[in-house]
Amino acid sequence: MNKHTVITHFILIIGALFMTLPVWVAFMTSTHAPETIMREGLQFWPGGHFLETYNEVLFEPGGVMKKVTALGMMKNSLILGIGFSVGKVIISMFAAYAIVYFRFRMANFLFWIIFMTLLLPLEVRIIPSYKVVADLGLLDTHTGLIVPLIASATGTFFFRQFFRSVPDEILEAARLDGASAWRFFIDILVPLSKTMIAAILIIMFVVGWNQYLWPLIMTTKEENYTLVIGIKQIYQVLNEGGELPQFQKAFALTILATLPPVLVVLVFQKWFVKGLVESEK
Amino acid sequence: MSEVELKGVRKVYPNGAEAIRGVDMQIADGELVVFVGPSGCGKSTLLRMVAGLETITEGEISIGGRVINDVSPSDRDVAMVFQNYALYPHMTVRGNMSYGLKNRKIPKDEIKRIVEETARMLRIDDYLDRQPNELSGGQRQRVAMGRAIVRNPKVFLFDEPLSNLDAKLRVQMRIEIKRLQRRMNVTSIYVTHDQTEAMTLADRLAVINEGRVEQMGAPMELYSNPRTLFVASFIGAPQMNLIPVRFDGTDLGDGVSRFAGFSDLPMDTDLVLGVRPDILSITTDGQLEFRVDLVEQHGGENLIYGTIVGSDQGAAHGLEICLKASQQMLPKVDDILQLGFDPAKAFVFRKDTGERLI
Repeated sequence: MNKHTVITHFILIIGALFMTLPVWVAFMTSTHAPETIMREGLQFWPGGHFLETYNEVLFEPGGVMKKVTALGMMKNSLILGIGFSVGKVIISMFAAYAIVYFRFRMANFLFWIIFMTLLLPLEVRIIPSYKVVADLGLLDTHTGLIVPLIASATGTFFFRQFFRSVPDEILEAARLDGASAWRFFIDILVPLSKTMIAAILIIMFVVGWNQYLWPLIMTTKEENYTLVIGIKQIYQVLNEGGELPQFQKAFALTILATLPPVLVVLVFQKWFVKGLVESEK
Repeated sequence: MSEVELKGVRKVYPNGAEAIRGVDMQIADGELVVFVGPSGCGKSTLLRMVAGLETITEGEISIGGRVINDVSPSDRDVAMVFQNYALYPHMTVRGNMSYGLKNRKIPKDEIKRIVEETARMLRIDDYLDRQPNELSGGQRQRVAMGRAIVRNPKVFLFDEPLSNLDAKLRVQMRIEIKRLQRRMNVTSIYVTHDQTEAMTLADRLAVINEGRVEQMGAPMELYSNPRTLFVASFIGAPQMNLIPVRFDGTDLGDGVSRFAGFSDLPMDTDLVLGVRPDILSITTDGQLEFRVDLVEQHGGENLIYGTIVGSDQGAAHGLEICLKASQQMLPKVDDILQLGFDPAKAFVFRKDTGERLI
């Protein structure tokens, strides 16, 4: 081993520790009793309260109103994550299909308009969006939570680039084979975009799962909280209540909140990389 | 009956570029017509207009007596084989071949029968359940043809189908296409820039240049009786030797050599003398003096390249000449040879219009 590899390995190890240590500390602390944490601060080694804490968090209603369990919040987060990602993929595929394959006036201009919305985060339009959703009577519903978020400039852009890389002859062959616009989309483009769809689904699932601000202002009832909101609420209870702060529960929730995205990425990793790297033709 | 007729067909792109400048043509039922020309001459555009992949700006195209200008590509009853095969990459060979039939709502067992029969004919029946990326170039080409054949179209359209294959396979597939077309007796249009392919495949050949048909006829007719300079230089390999000359009342001369045996030619304009490599012969009293520069041995014959002695005066390069000789003929580089030819077998063209005079 020469000096060079020693240095690169050293940097890698430091980097890896830097990224994983906080997660490790959070997990370890979550397995201790609240008194221990109160007395001794963050924990680096396992404690004896793993089952107790996680059981309580998952199955016993908590929060201010004592109405919601982690399991319930997880369900809400899943609905948000899946609805968000699936909706985005569908909408952006349709948009990209229209932009690439149909000749209509100002198609390019419209594409750039869509593309420019990348510059505008949700926060810019959060008040008008809230107003629209409120007027539609969709506050505190899954529809209201998901629909305002599913238009996706990123997705449209990726699919546009992908569709443009599909050789024209495939479209022409399909036209001669008597495929309608709809059939071409379903029979040819969708199967060709499989890996691309997988990659975007994964990215968007994680993004959707981690949404914070929108669910926070959209949901008022505890039973509609997502996990990310739940964590925030627990910390709030910690600060405001007169009881002993339940840090172990907050940490347990954090760990639980990271699990599904990690699982999704691990399971679909192969597709994910394939979708981003390969331009299948 | 599925004859194809083109009447005054023009194609002008929105940016004003004129791709096809008035083409009239009749293709008889069962005939194989080859469109040949340099790249960008409009041959592919013309084919795509027949297929319905390009709109027709002006004029009429009819198949089997039915005008198809406004008929959608899938209802024109044509099938096309693309240069890059354009197979659906995610479908098996069977899927590729049945897709068009499925869209036509043909019953499943009928599709299965047709596909399997065609696959047997093309000898791809062992690969029916493979995907295109598991096949070799030649096999993919067969699948592309199979996809066209199963639809039992009135007209086959081939858009340079062999240019992605290696040389040996190209010859093999060329023969196979010809046989297949004979056997099925389907009207076919075949586009290529390769004049060997064109000569060997065609019942009739249409030489296309700058959006116009320069000449149309049987391959040998075009070879031995070209109407223009363009056709003469395009048809035949190696290319016809073209020597710029002027007529002085008795002989043709290029300033260096003189060629006797010509008469009735205009004296006031530049002319081009066309001599095919195979009518040039090495003699002792030839009209041309020739310096050897390269000998290509093709096995059965040798191609000798060189320049006309003296033709490089005042010009950067001497006038290049190619001659076909027997395999024993092996001159050395820089040898000087005397060449002669039979004036009756040579052509003379006007340089400005390309029109053939003799």
